[in-house]
Amino acid sequence: MSLPTPERKRDEIVRYTPATRINHWIVAISFVLIALSGLALFHPAFFWLANLFGGGTWTRILHPFIGLVLIIAFCLLGAKMWGDNRMQRHDWAWLKRFRDVAADREESVPAPGRYNAGQKLIFWIIVVCLPLLLLSGIVIWRSYFAEYFPVGLTRFAGLLHSFVAFVLIIAIVIHIYAAIWVRGSVRAMTRGTVSYGWAWKHHRQWFRDAVKGEAPPK
Amino acid sequence: MSLQSLDVVRRSATTLPEPEARGAHTGQVAKLIDVTKCIGCKACQVACMEWNDLRDEIGTCTGHYENPADLGDQTWTLMRFAEYENPKGDLEWLIRKDGCMHCADPGCLKACPAPGAIVQYANGIVDFHEENCIGCGYCIAGCPFNIPRISKNDRKAYKCTLCSDRVSVGLEPACVKTCPTGAIVFGTKDDMKLHAAERIEDLKSRGFDKAGLYDPAGVGGTHVMYVLHHADQPQLYSGLPDEPKISAMIGLWKGATKPLAVFAIVATAFAGFLHYIGFGANETTERDEAEARREIEEMS
Repeated sequence: MSLPTPERKRDEIVRYTPATRINHWIVAISFVLIALSGLALFHPAFFWLANLFGGGTWTRILHPFIGLVLIIAFCLLGAKMWGDNRMQRHDWAWLKRFRDVAADREESVPAPGRYNAGQKLIFWIIVVCLPLLLLSGIVIWRSYFAEYFPVGLTRFAGLLHSFVAFVLIIAIVIHIYAAIWVRGSVRAMTRGTVSYGWAWKHHRQWFRDAVKGEAPPK
Repeated sequence: MSLQSLDVVRRSATTLPEPEARGAHTGQVAKLIDVTKCIGCKACQVACMEWNDLRDEIGTCTGHYENPADLGDQTWTLMRFAEYENPKGDLEWLIRKDGCMHCADPGCLKACPAPGAIVQYANGIVDFHEENCIGCGYCIAGCPFNIPRISKNDRKAYKCTLCSDRVSVGLEPACVKTCPTGAIVFGTKDDMKLHAAERIEDLKSRGFDKAGLYDPAGVGGTHVMYVLHHADQPQLYSGLPDEPKISAMIGLWKGATKPLAVFAIVATAFAGFLHYIGFGANETTERDEAEARREIEEMS
């Protein structure tokens, strides 16, 4: 058994490596910034958020570049997490029992691996949304690219961009709430470690692999 | 143009009414461009440059009469020249003064995300307030007539103001004042329609059966109207749109999507809050820790 290492407390499993944690927070911070600046440009009720970025014009200038940072950082993060997020048979069974999961009655729910089916769905929503946002964003990026596309395409891209961003924001709101709700999850992304009990309760298959040393931190 | 005019009936990205006490009780304005009287002299282009202090770059000949080649931040109106061979085999030179149509239902204003960058006055003029413009170019996507242009220098959007500064003090637009053939006239929209009707009757008596007024209903009518000899084929006039309207995609983007998306995002966050209130935090208990340790001991 390779875990725990001598430096760690005996009852911890390392879930995320420093590189993953740093990368996750680059993605997270750039997502918050891009969502706030995007909402400022999306609905007048949120235009005041443009003040956070130095006004409307600065918001318009910065938004797409923040997006590029987000896309590049997520490519690295997503590549690392890709394999562990493949949907498996037990994941669909987990989803069918979602009411029990939401009510904190996980005892009889099929045991998830490193990620549960809800996390996997969020992952795939992000994987689908980000390329769509990148492509539609380039089409409506007026300073550099929009003039090279027919106006009909820029109209479609504007609609698509806001719709996909809406789907992604909803997904991330759920992701953030889940992290807050399931105590011990935030620590996995800040310090990298989870307790044995947390792993056993929420990701039992992964817990068994991890304590055997077969599922090293990623 | 920026005016403390108290007659703003619509303002971009704004959810509450703007100062609008002053109305247009003597009638909304309109510019009528009688294409059949136009000789293509471009005096209107020069007058526009002079009044608005605009100077476009001296370009190069692109093989046709249009100069400059396109509208721009320094060219708010442009004579467009089309050569049309009619069914009789005769050549017709169709010359149209292109520029903002000042739609009653402006697509630019609908698409604009910057509060107060685009306004519509009670008299019907649609004006850009560049100090509020953020340079996103959504107005370009919103416009059914391909009019607004973003400056490469200051990244603000520009277009014809219908000389809102002149009109507000009782003057006619510069292009109207200068037109040597009387092809451009200005007045209340009702008067301009009456004038157009007389012109159309005259044209019909002279063999232009399809002569008519271009005041497209798809954008609620416009405050710049054309008298056309071929009103049944407006696209002959350098691609004047047949039935212009705000794209359904702009309507969906700026219409239903906005409130529904905001509602759904807020509702999702609120559902999370209620879930927390209902079920509390999902904690790992001592029993979980004990079970985990028991499993590890069994394994080793």
